Amino acid sequence: MSAATGGSHASLRGVTKVYPAVENHPPVHALGPVDLDLRLGEFFSVVGPSGCGKSTLLDVLAGLTPVSAGTVAFEECAVVDEVPEGIGIVFQEDASFPWLTVWDNAAFALRRAAVSESVVRERVDYTLSFMGLAGFSSAYPAQLSGGMRQRLCIARTLVTRPRLLLLDEPFGALDQQTRLLMGDELLRIWRETGATILLITHALDEAAMLSDRVGVMSARPGLLIEIVETRWPRDRDSTIVSRPEFGEVTGQLWARLRGESLKALELTGVGRGGTEIVR
Amino acid sequence: MSRAGFIRFLVVAVAIVVLEIACRAGLIDPITIIPPSGMAAGAWKLIVSGRYTEDILLTLGSVALAAMLAIVGGFGLGYCLFRLPRLRRALDPLLASYYAVPTFIFYPLFIVLFGLNRLPLVAIGFMFAVIAMAINTLTGFERVPPVLRRTARALRLSAPTALVQITMPACAPYLFTGVKLVIAYSFIGVIAGEFVLSGAGIGHQIAFAYNNFDNPTMYGLMLLLISFVSGLNMLLFVWERRFYRRRGLT
Repeated sequence: MSAATGGSHASLRGVTKVYPAVENHPPVHALGPVDLDLRLGEFFSVVGPSGCGKSTLLDVLAGLTPVSAGTVAFEECAVVDEVPEGIGIVFQEDASFPWLTVWDNAAFALRRAAVSESVVRERVDYTLSFMGLAGFSSAYPAQLSGGMRQRLCIARTLVTRPRLLLLDEPFGALDQQTRLLMGDELLRIWRETGATILLITHALDEAAMLSDRVGVMSARPGLLIEIVETRWPRDRDSTIVSRPEFGEVTGQLWARLRGESLKALELTGVGRGGTEIVR
Repeated sequence: MSRAGFIRFLVVAVAIVVLEIACRAGLIDPITIIPPSGMAAGAWKLIVSGRYTEDILLTLGSVALAAMLAIVGGFGLGYCLFRLPRLRRALDPLLASYYAVPTFIFYPLFIVLFGLNRLPLVAIGFMFAVIAMAINTLTGFERVPPVLRRTARALRLSAPTALVQITMPACAPYLFTGVKLVIAYSFIGVIAGEFVLSGAGIGHQIAFAYNNFDNPTMYGLMLLLISFVSGLNMLLFVWERRFYRRRGLT
């Protein structure tokens, strides 16, 4: 199954997020205004300095966080306060259910959706096999490695056949080699399912390797300051990192991001070389 | 049997043998302690005669009722405290000092409220146990990883479904600890209450036998009680171990 990259699948128009004041803390302007169109079937990544609102962007697109201003739409329907059907989310932290086996974890969402048991079995078996977890069906998450648990979380999302897959730094806790291999898996999933993917990451090489387009965000409040087109072929994998163009894309991203990262460090009070900034 | 289990068994067996020898050799006054074999014979006689069946059932019934109420009430209170942080802040000092108050002082009040029957004892068992359950429930809910709550929303679960299918299983280890404490505290509350304040039940019969120098009955009842509570605890322990191992917590 494959979908051509096409028209707008999800969009943000003038989206702003301001977290209200809490006790002694003033309001925090976390995001926006942001305008973004995710094209149908594309792989889009967002990079930006720490605390710039990348995850907030994902949350508002998913309907997990209400916007302070602006509109969010998925397949031309407004996204308000709840995750629309057709959107799947994978978080950075391990979100597997430790009390369920791998198989039951993967089947969880389908069973709650009252899908017939035969369909559940067919989809779960297929997805676990696709994700290389078929041999661990009866294992518990505690018996799996970190990478396998993250694959399980992706599998649990994939069985619902999302048309838009939102990934919030899903490989953040993994080592570099595993991340590259997981990146290959992700590209395979993307090609196989034809889903649109939005990946939030702080790793420039990951974004450059996986994406059709990479959005660069400014320091807080997060704005999309540039969108870089990678022009990679759809049928790609991690070997792309050895190409000279890969270095160019990564360099282009870093050139745009460097100043923003410095600003973000100043915002958090840490200066160059890790020294405290004295104002 | 595991190595730790074998050592446990050995320690208990050696203690019993030493006590048996000390009693038989006259090192311990038989008015104070009878040999373990005498205790076992006394316990067996009590079971066979059925003399105390009614008292045993009465005590177990009161403990079960107190424990059930404490589990339900403690869970409800813990959940309310979790959902209402202001209430929690207000009650925090009371919860912290709760076990400093001797619950038995409320017995006269319970008699006035419930009458001269088993209910005051159930109330004491309940009061002894309920806060342990509430605190464990509160801790459990607080320790549920936020990512699981977000996952529940990402999977479009309704609030009640998320509570039953995700939050409660996620905090189950804490709820389990709460239930274990409730059972122990309910036994302590009810039996200690019977010792002093009741005309029936195992606690009362132990006290009665003690006052009449009826050592075989007293030790027999004590042995039955200890065996029952230890058996129950072992069962919970095995269940807990299996439960924790599955989650990779051991």
